[in-house]
Amino acid sequence: MIKVCSLSKSFNNKNAVCKLDFFIKKGSIYGILGPNGAGKTTTFRMLVTLLKPDSGTVIINNKEVTRDSNDIKKMIGMVSQHYSLQSEMTVWEILELHGKLHSMKRKERHDKIDELLHFANLHQESDKIAKQLSGGMKRKLMLIRAIMHNPEILFLDEPTVGLDPISRRNIWLLLEKLKNRGMTIILTTHYIEEAEKLCDNVLLLNGGKRLIEGIPQELIANTGKYTVEVFDPDNSEHYFFYSHKDAVEFSSKMNNKYIVRKSNLEDVFISINKKAGDAIGI
Amino acid sequence: MQLEFEAILWEEWIVFKRKFWNITASAMISPLLYMVAFGWGLGKDMYINGHPYINFIVPGIVAMATMNTSYSAVAVLLNIHRLYDKTFEQYLIAPLPIYKYVLGKVLAGSFRGMYAGFIILTIAFLAGVKIKVTFIFVFIMFLNGLAFASLGFYAALVVDSHADMNRFSTYVLLPMTFLCGTFFSLENMPPTIQKVIYLLPLTHASRGLRSIALETPFNWVNILVLSVFFTLLFSLAIRQCYKVTA
Repeated sequence: MIKVCSLSKSFNNKNAVCKLDFFIKKGSIYGILGPNGAGKTTTFRMLVTLLKPDSGTVIINNKEVTRDSNDIKKMIGMVSQHYSLQSEMTVWEILELHGKLHSMKRKERHDKIDELLHFANLHQESDKIAKQLSGGMKRKLMLIRAIMHNPEILFLDEPTVGLDPISRRNIWLLLEKLKNRGMTIILTTHYIEEAEKLCDNVLLLNGGKRLIEGIPQELIANTGKYTVEVFDPDNSEHYFFYSHKDAVEFSSKMNNKYIVRKSNLEDVFISINKKAGDAIGI
Repeated sequence: MQLEFEAILWEEWIVFKRKFWNITASAMISPLLYMVAFGWGLGKDMYINGHPYINFIVPGIVAMATMNTSYSAVAVLLNIHRLYDKTFEQYLIAPLPIYKYVLGKVLAGSFRGMYAGFIILTIAFLAGVKIKVTFIFVFIMFLNGLAFASLGFYAALVVDSHADMNRFSTYVLLPMTFLCGTFFSLENMPPTIQKVIYLLPLTHASRGLRSIALETPFNWVNILVLSVFFTLLFSLAIRQCYKVTA
């Protein structure tokens, strides 16, 4: 469905994304993860036609993003990291504008607005000006706006950043509903819990390069299901184990404070970086 | 007209309706002050080329008002959409050719400029100012609006902060306001400066409007120059819009 080959982009001779390859299956939720400056947003912007790659290709449903950008734009919906809503317009007007921009006919537009307002539980707010909405409502509105023109693929850049836990869970619920309807969802996030809960596959990036790609549970299992995190006065060290017994046995020898816990995707990231650091002697 | 093009104008119309009193008041204040201070105050018993001074400056103020309002309506809002509320990207990922988006915004900006011009004309007529307004007069207002709305579009994409937007208008629009024959006849200026001022678009808007308003011979070069400026600035705006995604 989405095939990315050797995708690169640099700004002022500094690589933001370097020779990235990945493939996304139809109907899956795919997470692009990494710390700040990893290249998530640059990758995201190239996928949604907002940025031209320096080299490499992105093929979405047999269309190439730079050559067939208008066809691609009809297939995709996007939720950006920022609250990008027309602050002087009402909820209904924002959706109406989006429908018009995508050439939806009047009846189709109005039926869809009604359906989506109920889907996101925003029907009571339809006459509210966007700037009066809470953060969670704004995100929900951005989400239903992005799917208003029935795109096959939904792109979300940090969809729950800045939201309280309840609003975040509401967004997750909506995303799962969309996945069940067969929509392909690509999201960038730095919330590990979000990626583990939602994503079928994740791609870990650092410094614009691919670290690893795979199914979250498999990546965690391969790293070691248990992590011993040891806190010394200056730093914290991570050690990974395949069994709880091994982790406990190792930690019993520690003089510093430590915790034994289940590993997560953050540990996968730390483990890979540690191996890379060891390999080059850092 | 296609639906996505209509959408851009519709958005502007919704915002215009919602902020009607703000927009109307801000379009009125400075031109009204210029008319009161220069037209009825300083220039009460003054005549230029046999015309009362207030009749002389009203076309100039209309040109200035269409320039300022068209520019601001596009530049300020687009800059906010790009840097603050980030809605600019929503248009970039809509299946809408960029030239249509730019044209929609510029057209809406020009309409806002014409609205400001008509407010000035209404006040002037109510105050007893006798000038002629024809179809060509309205067309020059429209063309002037298109040129400066295009400049506004370009500025909004080039300038990277709201503070710099103010500086841009201080360096570009303010000198034109005072130098392009809004308040005085250019014949009073030294010949070299006259030549420079003749190259600026507002000079041609003021001259064109004034010659119609005061029923003096009309020079079609004024329309030609404004058309050239519009074409040039509109092309620059489109080019800059493409650059944003490069």
